Amino acid sequence: MTPDTPKTESAGGSVPPLEVHDLTVAYHTQPVLWDVDLTLPEGRLIAIVGPNGAGKSTLLKAVLGLVTPITGWVKIYGAAYSQRRSWVGYVPQRESVDWDFPTSALDVVTMGTYGRVGWLRRPSRRHRELALSCLEKVGISELARRQISQLSGGQQQRVFLARALAQEAKLYLMDEPFAGVDATTEQAVLTLLKELRHEGKTVVAVHHDLQTVGQYFDYVVLLNMRLVAAGPVATTFTHENLQLTYGGRLTVLSEAAEAFLAQRSAGKED
Amino acid sequence: MVEFSYTLRNVMLGASLLGVMGGVVGSFALLRRQSLLGDALAHAALPGVCLAFLLTGQKSPPSLLLGATLAGVAGALFILVVVRWSRIKEDAAIGIVLSVFFAVGMVLLTRIQKLETGNQSGLDKYLFGQAATLVDDDLKWMSIVGAVVLLTVGLFFKEFKLLAFDNAFGASLGFPMRGIEVILTCLLVVVVVVGLQTVGVVLMVAALITPAAAARQWTDRLGIMVFLAAAIGGLSGAAGAVISASVERLPPGPTIVLVSSCALAVSLLFAPRRGLLWAYLRKRSVMARIRRENLLKDLYLMGERERGWSNFVSLSALMGLRGQGAREIERNAQPLLQQQLLEASRDDLRLTQAGFAEAQQVVRKHRLWELYLTRRLELPSDHVHRDAEAMEHALSEGAVAALEARLGFPKEDPHGRPIPPRRSR
Repeated sequence: MTPDTPKTESAGGSVPPLEVHDLTVAYHTQPVLWDVDLTLPEGRLIAIVGPNGAGKSTLLKAVLGLVTPITGWVKIYGAAYSQRRSWVGYVPQRESVDWDFPTSALDVVTMGTYGRVGWLRRPSRRHRELALSCLEKVGISELARRQISQLSGGQQQRVFLARALAQEAKLYLMDEPFAGVDATTEQAVLTLLKELRHEGKTVVAVHHDLQTVGQYFDYVVLLNMRLVAAGPVATTFTHENLQLTYGGRLTVLSEAAEAFLAQRSAGKED
Repeated sequence: MVEFSYTLRNVMLGASLLGVMGGVVGSFALLRRQSLLGDALAHAALPGVCLAFLLTGQKSPPSLLLGATLAGVAGALFILVVVRWSRIKEDAAIGIVLSVFFAVGMVLLTRIQKLETGNQSGLDKYLFGQAATLVDDDLKWMSIVGAVVLLTVGLFFKEFKLLAFDNAFGASLGFPMRGIEVILTCLLVVVVVVGLQTVGVVLMVAALITPAAAARQWTDRLGIMVFLAAAIGGLSGAAGAVISASVERLPPGPTIVLVSSCALAVSLLFAPRRGLLWAYLRKRSVMARIRRENLLKDLYLMGERERGWSNFVSLSALMGLRGQGAREIERNAQPLLQQQLLEASRDDLRLTQAGFAEAQQVVRKHRLWELYLTRRLELPSDHVHRDAEAMEHALSEGAVAALEARLGFPKEDPHGRPIPPRRSR
């Protein structure tokens, strides 16, 4: 890994990694996202938080052009996604693929390089070596040859993360990277995210566990079909905003906010 | 021995070519869980054959197969459109296309049979296939199509893999996944049409699924799977042709399907790791290990009660514990005696030093797990024994060490019995 110059606080006026304007998405006639406006800062770990069916995954998919919005546009570093593909890495939900597929961990990670390999060409030795180094970064290079169904859930999640790393992107979109993983993987993922931030990259992750939002992320987007609030965790991840996001059913959530506040007053940073 | 006639040669070649193509393209259909798409496309081709005949009034294969191709593509498009624009799901759409197109085909076929020019013997071979009617021209034509199919798969291998494994990710990389899907579906149509003359509409799907499903059993690499599927398909085709030629009144199409089905059955049973026999043997060896571990544990517990492990324990005392017969215990003891974990004095048994250490580990897992359940899940101590009986055979030493650390290196289980120490090295 190249020792990167420490990230300078993104200079005011620089192009935001992700800008969403007036985005509305519907499946059939069911609206999923309404008039979302969002501008995200560079070099942060950003959590997208909201109840089930709030459109969190859909927001990521709309950014990636996987679903077509009814209105609105998305810009990545100031240009359309089609012009910025190589700057974006994507980690889909782990359940979105069939893990019994006949392929190895290394092979899946190599898929991250396909965008650069291009049409009809085979990935070269160089691409495979890059893929292997990405597996190393997530700590499972010794499992490179293993068939993917022989991996634990946490290891599968790491394979997906390594595949995104192999995309060598500047902006990473991750759909629940912490979902259903063991404690070791959770730590490995967290370390990786912090490393990415240190390299000045931006990570946008759908996150479910409200208890850990304050610990893991420094910026939060609260979503419930419409944008409720977006901003630094310290000022935005508040009881009121959570109440607005989750409506009435909030007993668990208020506990989460309290836990976070208590933790902050006890002194942060691990 | 079968005479190697012109017909047999043609049937063999045709069936092998079809088998290879079906295996290669079918592998991707299988992995995309679209096996039935091939079935629908085959059925959808029938009205195309009939219409081509009605329009041209000829039975020449090129025009008939062109009709079949067009109808197959129409069927595929129809499925795409239905899924895209209505709320009908893909499996239902496939069923609809299959039955509607086939019904139209059967209506037309019946009408054609009543026509004077109809002389239907030419057309109904597309229903069940009539490999014996393959002539040199057909084969030449099949070889060209086969070469094109294999070349296309070779070129698009990476793209097809992406399509089958993670379509959305491929799209996010900027690959035109819908276009790639169209190419793969076209290959499927082409293979189906090639197969019409050999195995027919009804059995075509077997040529796609069976070799691929058999190949999947033997490997975890996509490239090898595609290659194996081609080999299984090709060999089944050739073997089926020879068998049907050597036995009277055995039609080649169904025979080929039966041969590849046998290959599938063998694969399902005997393939390493994925095969049923493998699973059975693995289960048996685990059960045997559990029984051995239980025997060691029983001896340990008896010694614990008597405050010493130096006494030999009689078979009858052991039989009382689990209601096992003497022979069963002897069978469990046999390998332990060989490993010198047990020693025997006539029929009586006792733990050796090594056996004692081994038994300690089993008991250690059991008691730590019991403690974990009572502490973490707050289960009452009389609810945890049965669960621990299973876990003592499943926990790895690493997991147990982690468990022990989490519990704060306890000395006693919930019933106040000592927890043996970790294995000394």
